[in-house]
Amino acid sequence: MGQVVIETKDLSKTYDGFTAVDKLNLHIEEGEIFGFLGPNGAGKTTTILMLLGLTEPSSGTIQVCGYNPDREPLEVKRIVGYLPEKVGFYEDLTARQNLEYTAELNNLPRGEAQERISNLLSTVGLSQVSDQEVRKLSRGMKQRLGIADIWVKDPKLVFLDEPTSGIDPEGIEDILNLTANMAKRGMTVVFCSHQLHQVQRICTRVGILAKGHLVAEGQIDGLGRQAIAGGRYRIEAQVGQVHQELIDAIKRMGGVTEVQDSGDSLLISCNKDLRKQISKLIVESDNSLLGMRIEEYSLEAIYKKVLS
Amino acid sequence: MYAIFRKELADHLESKRFAILFILATLAAVFAVLLAVQNIRGAVTSSSEFVFLKIFTISSEPLPFFLFFISIFIPIIGIALGFDAVNSERTSGNLSRLLSQPIYRDSIINGKFLASLAVLSFMVVSVIAIVGGLGLRIIGVPPNSEEVLRLVAFALTSIIYGGFWVALAILFSVSFDRAATSMLVSLALWIFFFLFASMIAEAIANARVPLDQNSSLEMFARNIEIQRMVSRISPCNLYGEAIVALLTPEIASLNPALMMISVTVAGKMLTPLNFGQSLLLIWPQVVSIVALAAICFAISYIRFIKQEIRAI
Repeated sequence: MGQVVIETKDLSKTYDGFTAVDKLNLHIEEGEIFGFLGPNGAGKTTTILMLLGLTEPSSGTIQVCGYNPDREPLEVKRIVGYLPEKVGFYEDLTARQNLEYTAELNNLPRGEAQERISNLLSTVGLSQVSDQEVRKLSRGMKQRLGIADIWVKDPKLVFLDEPTSGIDPEGIEDILNLTANMAKRGMTVVFCSHQLHQVQRICTRVGILAKGHLVAEGQIDGLGRQAIAGGRYRIEAQVGQVHQELIDAIKRMGGVTEVQDSGDSLLISCNKDLRKQISKLIVESDNSLLGMRIEEYSLEAIYKKVLS
Repeated sequence: MYAIFRKELADHLESKRFAILFILATLAAVFAVLLAVQNIRGAVTSSSEFVFLKIFTISSEPLPFFLFFISIFIPIIGIALGFDAVNSERTSGNLSRLLSQPIYRDSIINGKFLASLAVLSFMVVSVIAIVGGLGLRIIGVPPNSEEVLRLVAFALTSIIYGGFWVALAILFSVSFDRAATSMLVSLALWIFFFLFASMIAEAIANARVPLDQNSSLEMFARNIEIQRMVSRISPCNLYGEAIVALLTPEIASLNPALMMISVTVAGKMLTPLNFGQSLLLIWPQVVSIVALAAICFAISYIRFIKQEIRAI
């Protein structure tokens, strides 16, 4: 990680008196897969459009790979790929012709473009249908073609806006793998979605947007602790025999704030990861430790909590 | 921009729309020639200097068929080539993809306009070539150099006029989200200019200078003058005046009243104008059409550049 790819300061956008994005501060670094979440109308797409220089911000500053998209839109568009939510292609052209047009608009030399397009079509699994008119392709295929389309210019940063909506489970799997593949090749990915378990699977970090504000941001486990457990770690320890002495002993440990007895296991809240110390204590007190688990947070729970 | 121009051109040439219009144009051109050939004997007198041009202007009531046809045909091709230029990109979801490519936004609209204009020029030139070629073959009189010049000027004027309709249709395609709306509005405007502008002009003229059986020649002249002036708000009339003057060298004035008086006074048609003088005669018309086209294009250009790409 390291280099900053996206940096916004107090970015705001007002449409006819309605504030779509309100003082947004984003910081995304190279190589991340950033999950950009939020309910419909929270301002995700507007933010992306501003980052691309397609819409003018009302106030605030943006840096995308060191460029200001408002002043140097062409520089930004040369290195940024954008897959819109309702992506469309020229239905009368074949998949390959559509990509060739994109390559031409990006001023790629013909020979190089041909080779890259063939490679990309096989990467996204469309080699078989590359010479068919786009109108004959399924929704999932079109979406994969969309991924190939933004890949043609070999971008440093890609925005995927709801890339998995309306696609069958297999298609979703393909898109997620392709997204991970892009990140592996060094692209920074901003992934907008409502499908929280998909985001949780591939994203390294998430930001949750509500009414134009970033209400939560960070890595998923950290976010979960913040949002759900009030910043605490929750450890569940299954022990052979639960007795008061053990509970008291754990309570006396530094960092432990609460111990709950739930029959055959103990629920321990603490302000750092004390699994090692707790397991040692249990074993040394001649008890048997049958299992231990640190609570993981589902993005869904975090999302609901943050937005409520 | 070149990439966009090339793609749009290829799209147009491969489209069904183009095929249909082209077949229609060819049939009408052939029909015009046949009609002209039937009537040409009567129209050509021994003193006729411009026999070849007669193929284009020969009268079959109420108007020269070819001129009538081309003045309807050009707006229709112009509208057909422009009405869905921008809004179809938007509805098909191509626009945001296109705009996220490293191209200036204006090159999209410029490329589209130029591609439509190229197709239009191709059609206009083909129609003139078909009529000219067939006519030459049938009547066997080759055009003289002045006739060729006049035909070139006629083609250029027609292309400029078509450019106006393309620009207007693109303007509506930027302004309205649905292709059907922009087409209907363009067609409605064309019908207004084509049919109603003259009627309105007549009504205004008759209100200002009422005519009856006792009216003097001067009154008639004033009435017609007002009619002419008012009807010039319509680009259809501007174009009509321009091409009639270009292809009929005998027309020395665009004012029919003046023509009428001079014919009455001199007792015969005047000697034909030379090409430069005819050009001078229609220069205001041509400049007006160019200005109208430029205004339409400028408005659509600005609207398109300023249009926000919104999250839906």
